Amino acid sequence: MTRVRLLQFVIVGTVVLVLELLCRIGIINRFTMIPPSEMVLALGHVVATAPWFWPDVRYTLGNLAAAIGLSAVGGFLIGLVVHSMPRLRRVLDPIFTSYYAVPTFVLYPLLIVFFGIGPASLIVLGALFGIVAMIVATMTAIDRIPRVLLKVARVSRLGALRTALLMKLPAASPHLMTGLRLAVAYSVIGIIAGEFILSTEGIGRRVALAYNNFDNQTMYGLLVLILAFAISVNAALGAFEQALHRRWYRA
Amino acid sequence: MSARNRETAPAGIATAAADVHLALRGIAHTYPARAGQGPVVALGPLDFDFRRGEFVAVVGPSGCGKSTLLEVIAGLVTPSCGVVEMEGRAITGTVAPDIGVVFQEDAAFAWLDVWDNVAFGLRRAGIDPAEIRRRVDYALAFMGLTEFRRAYPAQLSGGMRQRVCIARTLVLRPRLILLDEPFGALDQQTRLLMGEELLRLWRETAATVMLITHALDEAALLADRVAVMSARPGRLIDVVTTGWPIGRDTSLVADPEFGPLTARLWALLRHESKKALGGS
Repeated sequence: MTRVRLLQFVIVGTVVLVLELLCRIGIINRFTMIPPSEMVLALGHVVATAPWFWPDVRYTLGNLAAAIGLSAVGGFLIGLVVHSMPRLRRVLDPIFTSYYAVPTFVLYPLLIVFFGIGPASLIVLGALFGIVAMIVATMTAIDRIPRVLLKVARVSRLGALRTALLMKLPAASPHLMTGLRLAVAYSVIGIIAGEFILSTEGIGRRVALAYNNFDNQTMYGLLVLILAFAISVNAALGAFEQALHRRWYRA
Repeated sequence: MSARNRETAPAGIATAAADVHLALRGIAHTYPARAGQGPVVALGPLDFDFRRGEFVAVVGPSGCGKSTLLEVIAGLVTPSCGVVEMEGRAITGTVAPDIGVVFQEDAAFAWLDVWDNVAFGLRRAGIDPAEIRRRVDYALAFMGLTEFRRAYPAQLSGGMRQRVCIARTLVLRPRLILLDEPFGALDQQTRLLMGEELLRLWRETAATVMLITHALDEAALLADRVAVMSARPGRLIDVVTTGWPIGRDTSLVADPEFGPLTARLWALLRHESKKALGGS
């Protein structure tokens, strides 16, 4: 374990311990927050006893997988197309740059009108959250592909599709991973928040119900689950990204 | 080892038609104007015939259009005017299937191991897997890369990565091999060894080879003929026939004729190089 990683664990561990202490001695009211150790126990209780848990996990993960798939594949393809049209890119670049300054949630009611209350509107919302990160990452990644590889593609007489799949995609993939990590993170936010606001199923919906019913045990247990999931996926993608860099660029 | 013939031939040398593999007819290229910069006349007009199976080196000052010339022949750039003919057939602006190109920059695919790098073009061509295996194994053995077959490019030295790229070209059995300063980033000893491997490859494949280089000794050592280009816009100012035997190797550097030949190339280029640097 590197010193940086160790320091990260120490910082997070310290914050958790401080929260535990503040909750235990009553500085933080139990109606506001329960101790982190109880959150983990509450999650265990929910997993073991709640009949809705696994169906809701499946529902949320299914939506999430679809949203991530849409944002990753769609973002890569749109990034490819926009990158190949410099004028269009000049027009769209400022829009992409300021995209995350716009509260995408304002579109949710519109999505419900189009797709109804259900998975479709949630998936589109999650994909809208993640797709621009992937588009921007794709264009940046293609910018970084050595021009000589594109010359090799032409000399090898690869068409546009084969060049994209056999040359641009693999050559850009270490840099695309950054976009994929962002797309995953944004899609998790979009799906969970969408379920929280208006949904009939899903972990986000269960968090909202627990919140409305002052059921702190269930709410914090599920928040731990969401946090653990997001951190694990991000760490796994980060490790994969580092492995790619090590394999491709080590001296 | 002595030279058979060291006379210079006039630029735009004419060769018996049946013997001509590749012909450049009135090739010229101008890069269009870009922001803050007018059009750049990069090349020509230029005429040259490559005889079948010969090794031609092209030397010239920096920025004289050598790489543009290679890209025109490879079909990566469509010349502003002129025609490229291969065996009498116009191939101007198209990437002909019989041409293999090795670039100066590292073009090994970082995501594939050595074996898969070399097999890349063969797989795209839909060749039978057994034949792919045979050709790739042979090429790796030929280039001394067999024990590195499962290594990734990042694990190899610059010279070895360049050999991977040469092997990737070799397995496709091109009849015309274009090399754009392939040893430019290598140290002198490695360049000499790579030059020897290149000669071996040339003899083995009987391909026509065009080597672009800025190293006059490399051109004098490897080539049958050395085409000398002027400062931009690059034109042929002379074609020097080296006259070395086909079975030559790098021991030629000790040949009494080698030094004068290199000196002759420098004499032809000195003025042009000064012009390219902004001197008179």
